[in-house]
Amino acid sequence: MLKRLAEMLRGMGHRIIDRVWRLGSGARFFLYTLIYSGESFRRIHLTIREIYFTGVMSLLIILVSAFFVGMVLALQGYNTLQKYGSSEAIGVLVALSLVRELGPVVTALLFAGRAGTAITAEIGLMKTTEQLSAMEMMAVSPIARVVAPRFWAGVVSMPLLAALFSMVGVLGGYLVAVPVIGVDNGAFWSQMQASVDFQADVVNGVIKSIVFGVACTMIALFEGFDAPPTAEGVSRATTRTVVNSSLAVLGLDFILTSFMIVT
Amino acid sequence: MERTTMDLWVGIFAVAGAAALFGLALKVGNLTSSSVGETYTVTAAFENIGGLKPRAPVKSAGVVVGRVDNIQFDSKTFEANVTLKVDKRYPFPKDTFANIYTAGLLGEQYVGLEAGGDEQSLKDGDKISHTQDAVVLEKMISQFLYNKASEGDDSKKAE
Repeated sequence: MLKRLAEMLRGMGHRIIDRVWRLGSGARFFLYTLIYSGESFRRIHLTIREIYFTGVMSLLIILVSAFFVGMVLALQGYNTLQKYGSSEAIGVLVALSLVRELGPVVTALLFAGRAGTAITAEIGLMKTTEQLSAMEMMAVSPIARVVAPRFWAGVVSMPLLAALFSMVGVLGGYLVAVPVIGVDNGAFWSQMQASVDFQADVVNGVIKSIVFGVACTMIALFEGFDAPPTAEGVSRATTRTVVNSSLAVLGLDFILTSFMIVT
Repeated sequence: MERTTMDLWVGIFAVAGAAALFGLALKVGNLTSSSVGETYTVTAAFENIGGLKPRAPVKSAGVVVGRVDNIQFDSKTFEANVTLKVDKRYPFPKDTFANIYTAGLLGEQYVGLEAGGDEQSLKDGDKISHTQDAVVLEKMISQFLYNKASEGDDSKKAE
């Protein structure tokens, strides 16, 4: 009995220490990425190539989901607002929820699923096939050559994708609210402009998306770099990327929001 | 360095993202309407400002002429000192009335300026002396009920 209890405690402690260990090496990895960034900027075409793969290739899923999210927001919002006779406020509802929350958060979740998994799988496979070790043998730092360009590509792509998401979402909301439901066009836009603040809403949304971009890309890169060099290891790392990125995004979102809504 | 179609797509992506940001700032946000040019500052003391908030609009004849800059409580007079930033293009006479109105029944509150007839106009740092407080709904209702009740008393007495 006592032995089993001790075994359980030991297992738990082992797992916790393992997590802390990984967190520490993740932080060191992040630091290295920043240090080697200068070296990777000299070969900017690598970063541009990665922006193509992470940013441009994610456009389709981001834009289509943004469109539908905007339309659903307008429908749901109208359903509730018309009970209070203020269906013109639908523009405010759609714009504020997209710019402040849904734009950055949903984009980050989709980004983790679309681009993050690709990064993890790619780097994990590079490690499994010993391409990373080969680079090191040739005195090419894999962090400067492989990791840093992907990191900066993710950090650049995220805010752009989130801005596109918000804009397309607002357009989707507009399409449902004005031509379909019949809310007045002028009231839709003027109420929106009256209550969406550039500093408090748009800029804060951009800040959020940059933070999410750093978090998602870093987690994807680290999981790939840290993956055991087996088929199973890579597949597990890919799963962990999605789970950890989503948790990190939602947790960070709460922290950032609580900082931003102080007034 | 040779240019590839990939570069083109990345360029399009960056331009589209920047355009979306601009769209958010101009079409969705209030960057266009909030950029009032040069302003002058006047203060006004209210006994009760209701739900007035900083950045609320200052309107005259329904036109936005400025914004509420700052609201502070004065512990000597027990009044609220409201600092208004008014556009330099619109001078107001010295005896201007400052009222706190509500947009709609439950809308946000704003400061309404009603011009008086003085020859001199307000300068930077001046204080508006004629103010009218925000209408507090509870006060109004209780006053109404009180009046109704006293009316009832009167009619009983008359009988």
